[in-house]
Amino acid sequence: MTGHRGGIPGSKLLRWGKRLLWANMFFSFFFLYAPIIILVAFSFNDSRLGARWAGFTLKWYGQMMESEAIRVAVRNSLFVAFVSTAISTVLGTMTAIAMERFRFPFRRTYDGILYLPVIIPDIVMAISLLAFFSLSLGWMNNLFGLQGNSALRPGLTTVIIAHVAFNISFVAIVVRTSLRELDPNFEEAAQDLGANEWITFRRIILPLITPGILGGALLAFTLSLDDFVITFFTTGPGGTTLPIEVFGRIRRSISPEINAISTVMLLASMLLVVVSQFVQRRGSTSV
Amino acid sequence: MAEIYDVELRNVTKKFGDFTAVKDISLGVHKGEFFSLLGPSGCGKTTNLRMIAGFEAPTSGEIFLDGQPVSQLPPFKRNVNTVFQNYALFPHLTVAENVAFGLEMKGLGKDEIRKRVADALEMVRLPDSGAKKPHQLSGGQRQRIALARAIVNRPQVLLLDEPLGALDLKLRKAMQLELKELQRQLGITFVFVTHDQEEALVMSDRIGVMNHGELLQVGTPEEIYDRPANRFVADFIGDTNFLPCRVTECQGEVAWVQVGQGIRVKAACDQAVSGERQATLAIRPEKIHLHPAGSAGGQGEDVFPGRIEEAVFMGTDTRYVVELEPGVQLVVRYQNVNAATERFREGETVAVSWRPISARVLLS
Amino acid sequence: MTARRKSLLAILLGPGAFWIGLFFLIPLILVVVYSFLERRSGGGVLWHFSLDAYIKLFSPTGETLINDFMMIVLRSLWWAALTSFVCLIIGYPLAFFIALQPPSHRTAYLFFVLIPFWTNFLVRTYAWKFILNNNGLLNNLLQALGMNRIALINTPTAVLIGLVYGSLPFMVLPLYASIEKLDFDLVEAAQDLGANYVRVFSRVILPLTMPGIVAGIVLVFIPVSGQYIVPTILGGGKVAMLGNLLAQQFGPALNWPFGSAIAVVFMALLMVGVIFYLRGDAREEEVGL
Repeated sequence: MTGHRGGIPGSKLLRWGKRLLWANMFFSFFFLYAPIIILVAFSFNDSRLGARWAGFTLKWYGQMMESEAIRVAVRNSLFVAFVSTAISTVLGTMTAIAMERFRFPFRRTYDGILYLPVIIPDIVMAISLLAFFSLSLGWMNNLFGLQGNSALRPGLTTVIIAHVAFNISFVAIVVRTSLRELDPNFEEAAQDLGANEWITFRRIILPLITPGILGGALLAFTLSLDDFVITFFTTGPGGTTLPIEVFGRIRRSISPEINAISTVMLLASMLLVVVSQFVQRRGSTSV
Repeated sequence: MAEIYDVELRNVTKKFGDFTAVKDISLGVHKGEFFSLLGPSGCGKTTNLRMIAGFEAPTSGEIFLDGQPVSQLPPFKRNVNTVFQNYALFPHLTVAENVAFGLEMKGLGKDEIRKRVADALEMVRLPDSGAKKPHQLSGGQRQRIALARAIVNRPQVLLLDEPLGALDLKLRKAMQLELKELQRQLGITFVFVTHDQEEALVMSDRIGVMNHGELLQVGTPEEIYDRPANRFVADFIGDTNFLPCRVTECQGEVAWVQVGQGIRVKAACDQAVSGERQATLAIRPEKIHLHPAGSAGGQGEDVFPGRIEEAVFMGTDTRYVVELEPGVQLVVRYQNVNAATERFREGETVAVSWRPISARVLLS
Repeated sequence: MTARRKSLLAILLGPGAFWIGLFFLIPLILVVVYSFLERRSGGGVLWHFSLDAYIKLFSPTGETLINDFMMIVLRSLWWAALTSFVCLIIGYPLAFFIALQPPSHRTAYLFFVLIPFWTNFLVRTYAWKFILNNNGLLNNLLQALGMNRIALINTPTAVLIGLVYGSLPFMVLPLYASIEKLDFDLVEAAQDLGANYVRVFSRVILPLTMPGIVAGIVLVFIPVSGQYIVPTILGGGKVAMLGNLLAQQFGPALNWPFGSAIAVVFMALLMVGVIFYLRGDAREEEVGL
């Protein structure tokens, strides 16, 4: 494109501009990746004190694998991510179809409300859910006379509820984009050929927006897995997820074990990016 | 008893918010007819089609298919099929799966479906394309598959929304004839939406001309062309000279009008006019004849003296601008049957003639 | 709409609307209600109307008009603005650079911008703690080079580095989306009409990519203003932002009405800011056309 079009009667300004763009690019990627690379490198460092290289080791990974707390946290994180992704993908997709294919009163208002969980700072959502769960669980305990060990407490269930509350919006936004790109004539053609709404959805709409739904689900999964703030304020005893566990360790001290956990989390994230890119690529070529 | 039309619209109006897309239209389409809805874009012709298909519900009025009211029926319960302008072939299904879709919905058996899909593909002359995906086909091929996907269901009515609009001129002309032939073979009623007047004239048994949501005239191509009901129809279909005129006398279907300062013209008039009134005189350029000055016109023609203001050679014919008197000009198309030397030159005086029936009085 | 379509709509919309209404909207409304109630020691509220929380937030202390709590709120907004600006300065040329590459290379560059975007925020912030710590990598490096150690961790500098680091991808992606759409023929048309490079940029490129700039700033400003992780990990409680303040009131300080009032004022300021910002931008576009 333009960048490759040589021979524009170049002024000094243009040449310098290009050099600056390159320099800025190198700086940006150095800034983005240097901390990550250092973090990974020192996860193999054979020194408890961290920031001084003392030889290669895998012992921090071994320690991590042996930690019961980490194992529980990973299990909790995956459980929350899978359940909340499943619920929010179904509800988000349904919401997206209603928003894109129906006209109804207060549609624009609801449109605005749907964007709120995406743009609102997570700390505000976190404290509002804390207040809400504390109040509603208290009421329910009173109502059913639950006390002591049988009393309802915040835990993984409240975390899942909270994650679904913000993920519905993310899924809906992604799925709406693919619905908007879908020619409405396809649906009309299917109905014209005798398919009712359900068959039209199952045979025509669903296959064509599957890449969008998968993309939305992947986003929801990542957001759920990564969330710290909202989880922190809505969880309770026995509801420690991996970010909560890691945060606790970071606040206590710096140790190479955290580097090892972080490295594994980085790898998981990268895997998710690769999968999401693959899903998108397939979606764009099949239509 | 009134005739049962295959498709009938009775006082149908469609509003989108404040905008009235279709204004109180009543229309009947006969069984086996090739009916075209013709008009400029935004005139409401596609809305009409979508209401017949069931994609839109009329705001008021009723639509009948084979005598039965259908306004409350969803599209999948109507025995009509649509060929979409952009074809709307399902991109994730093969050509055969696309064509089979409607038959599957009807619950036909596998063997029956396979046979009918093969027949339909044969009919549109793409028998070997079944395994392909739509994006592997050319525009013309996609058009044929869209047609096959609709006719394979043997609908009572086939609705076509500018189906040839995306094709290039040559392919378009070939498809016009092919489509007409197919309709004759199948005997299915076609309702065809187009903005191309030539296409409508070539293909249709009858044409309905629409503008601003109103149905202005319904008739055979000849009626529409030769006896346009108003200025819009005369202007939209073919070229026409419009001369402001004054009706001085009207007897039956013959009127005398005055054009300009002192030209008296005998013309055809569909409506009775009492007393004098302003009107427009419409004459098609090809129905006006030119002769050397002083000569008489053809049999039954009225003759007027004129002067050639402009002559433009256009291949098969020459386009002249002739002035009858200052301010009164006519465009004349004259086929170039004579040698070049015999054509009229700019500035030459000529005799201009036409038959009174070719000049039509249009009341506004 | 037919009855059939109506019930279909209810089935599609109902469950999501129920969830968002009950677990998002009602909690937000609850915070507004709590801000007008009395504090209960030990957490929670007493259901008596009270303006104590707002009075506490707005009353001046000693010689300054703005008390420490309000100061933290305003500082958070100021730092969010600063972070947006720095991200724009770095992100715009980066997005522009990527948009100038041939399409096959663009995907690769974007991929590398996306990876941090999808990577755990906590982990990325921890990476900086590892570098900036008093006995961290940077100080070890300085010492090895024979220089003095410097205190970086728990300073505003550390927090700002962390904020920019975490937000850069959020700025680059919308910027890239709008720069990529830019028709470079317009640039040549402007040059053809006699505009120099500076004018081409200020009169053609900048106005046409304004939607991306607006989106990028909104996407950076709002989350940063409510940041909790970065000031906690890199500020160590010594450099507090609004997020810490809220967490403190709902946690150790146990003053829920006061925390709610801070959240309400914060949301109100954000809303006013965003409305003004988007209005101003809309006006600019009208003039531009």
